[in-house]
Amino acid sequence: MKIAVCISHVPDTAAKINIGSDQKSIDQNGVTYIINPYDEFGIEEALKQKEKFGGDSEVIILSVGGDANKESIRKALAMGADRGIILKDENPKDSFSIASILADEIKALGCELVFFGKQSVDYDNSITGQLTAELLNYSCISVVVSLNIDGNKVFAEREIEGGKEIVESKLPIVITTQKGLNEPRYASLKGIMSAKKKVIEEKPALAVNNLTEVIKMSRPPAKKAGRILGSDSSAVPELVKLLHEEAKVI
Amino acid sequence: MIKNILVVIEQRDGKIKKSSLEAVSTASKLASETNSSVQSIALGSEIENLSSIAEYGVSKINHFKNSDLHSYSPSAYTKIISEFAIQTGSDLIIIPNTSFGKDLAPRIAARISAGCIMDIIHFEISADELICRRPIYAGKAMLDVKFLSEKKVLTLRPNVFKAEKLPGLSAEITLNEVTSPDLTTRVTEIKKSEGKLDVAEADIIVSGGRGVKGPENFHLIEELAETLGAAVGASRAVVDAGWRSHGEQVGQTGKTVSPSLYIACGISGAIQHLAGMSSSKYIVAINKDKDAPIFSVADYGITGDLFEVLPKLTEEIKKLRS
Repeated sequence: MKIAVCISHVPDTAAKINIGSDQKSIDQNGVTYIINPYDEFGIEEALKQKEKFGGDSEVIILSVGGDANKESIRKALAMGADRGIILKDENPKDSFSIASILADEIKALGCELVFFGKQSVDYDNSITGQLTAELLNYSCISVVVSLNIDGNKVFAEREIEGGKEIVESKLPIVITTQKGLNEPRYASLKGIMSAKKKVIEEKPALAVNNLTEVIKMSRPPAKKAGRILGSDSSAVPELVKLLHEEAKVI
Repeated sequence: MIKNILVVIEQRDGKIKKSSLEAVSTASKLASETNSSVQSIALGSEIENLSSIAEYGVSKINHFKNSDLHSYSPSAYTKIISEFAIQTGSDLIIIPNTSFGKDLAPRIAARISAGCIMDIIHFEISADELICRRPIYAGKAMLDVKFLSEKKVLTLRPNVFKAEKLPGLSAEITLNEVTSPDLTTRVTEIKKSEGKLDVAEADIIVSGGRGVKGPENFHLIEELAETLGAAVGASRAVVDAGWRSHGEQVGQTGKTVSPSLYIACGISGAIQHLAGMSSSKYIVAINKDKDAPIFSVADYGITGDLFEVLPKLTEEIKKLRS
C-alpha cells in the first residue's frame, strides 16, 4: 500500500501576523515556519497504517511550494516517512490549484490512502483534502478523530457540532485529520540521522489556473480594551447589570 | 455577474438549522441586489416546517427525499446537489460554514469546476464583482478574495449574517423522490455528546484556563455555563493537560468562535487563544493577573480570584433569571 501525506509549511501559531508591503501576504520578518499542526496527525496516522499493513507499504510526503518546504518534509522523514516529493511552484496558488497539483501526483504514484490535516492554520480553508478527493474521484472523510481500515472498507469517526458522526466508506480514500486522532511521535535522534539519507525528489508542479484571487489582506478591526470593574467579587453585581442592561447579552 | 443563486439547506434529525435560515436570508438579499433568481435545495427524509424557510425570502424549495438521505451522505449529497446546480444553471451556491458545509462545499465546487471561498463574514459587490472577506490565521488577519471562475461556491460563517423574517411570504415545494442514492460514503450513526452544547454553535461560552488549577474545579465553569445556557470552552493548556476534551478547545488549533458573550476565566490570553475568540461580541475576563493579555480584548474585566468571583456570578445570574 502506498500512502501519501500532503503537508503545508506554515507560520508558527505563536507568530504575530503583520501585513506585508504588497498588502496581499504577510510580512516574513521574524516569522518561523513549522509543519502545519493538523498535518502532523496525518503523518502519524500514515505511519501507524503502514505498520499495520506491513509488507512493502510506503509513506510518501508531498508538499507544494518552494525550497523552504523541504524543512517540513525533512521533519516528516525524521518521524519515519520513507521519502518526500516537493512539487515546485513559487507562485501563490489557491486551494483548487494546489489540489489539482497534488491529485496529479497522487494519481501518478498510485496512492490509495491519502492524508491531509483538516485545515492549514494559515489560510484556514479546510477544503484542499476534499477538493483533491473529488479530482481523483476518491471517497473522502473529513475532520476524522478515529480511523479503522479493514481490507477495502474504511470506518471513521468525524467531529461535528455537538458530537461525532460514524462514517463508512471504502478505498481509495482521502482522510483529513483532526486533533484527537492520535499523538504525533517525536523524531528520535536515529530518525533525524536517517532522514538525512532519505530522498526528497523535486518535480515541477502541474501548470493550473487559480479559480480565486486574493485582492487584499488587512488587519482585523482593533478591539479597544474595556473596563476593569473591580478586583474581587464585589464587582459582580455591576458586571451582571452591565451585561443585562448595556450589552444586553444575558 | 450572477444569474441563479442556489442555497443549500442543512437539516439535522429533520430539523432545519438556524445557520441555514441565515443563508436563505443572505441569498435572498443578494438576489435582489444583483437582480438574480434564488432557489433552495434540501435533502433528507421528513423535514419539519420546510415551508417556513419561505419567510426568509426564498419561494422555490426543492426537497430531494429518500430515507437514506436522512443522515448526511457526502457521496449522495454531492451528486444530487451538483447535478441539480447544473440542471438549473445555478452559478452561485451558498452553504452554511458548519461541519456539514465545510465537508460538502469543496466537493460540489470540484464536481462543477467552481471556485470555492469558505467562512465568509462579509461580502460586497464592487465593479460588478463579488468580493468576499474571510478571517485567516484564526482571525489574526482578514483576506478579501474574488472569484475568477464563472461558477462559484461560498460558505457563510454562522452567527454573523442575520436571519430576517419577511412575514407573509409563501413557497412552492417541489418534491423529488430519490431512487438509489450514491451511498459510497455514508453516516451510519450520530453520537451526541450528552447534554452538551458545542462551542462552535453556542451564543454564550464560558471558558476555563490554567487558572482553574485542575479538572476537579471545572464544576465552577460548568455551573455558570448551565445557569446561562452556555457551552463550556477551554484553553489549549487545559486540553493539553488532559483536563478537558479537545472538542472544547477554543483558539488557533481549536475552534474559532464568535458568540455574543465569551467569559474567559483564569485564561491569560495567549496569542493563539485571542485569535480564536476575539471576534466575540462581548468579552468578560476574570483573572488574578491584571497584566494578562486577555484584558486587552475584554469589554469588562474583574482582576480577582475566580474561585471567589465565579460562585458569586452564578448566584447573581440566577437571581436575575428568577
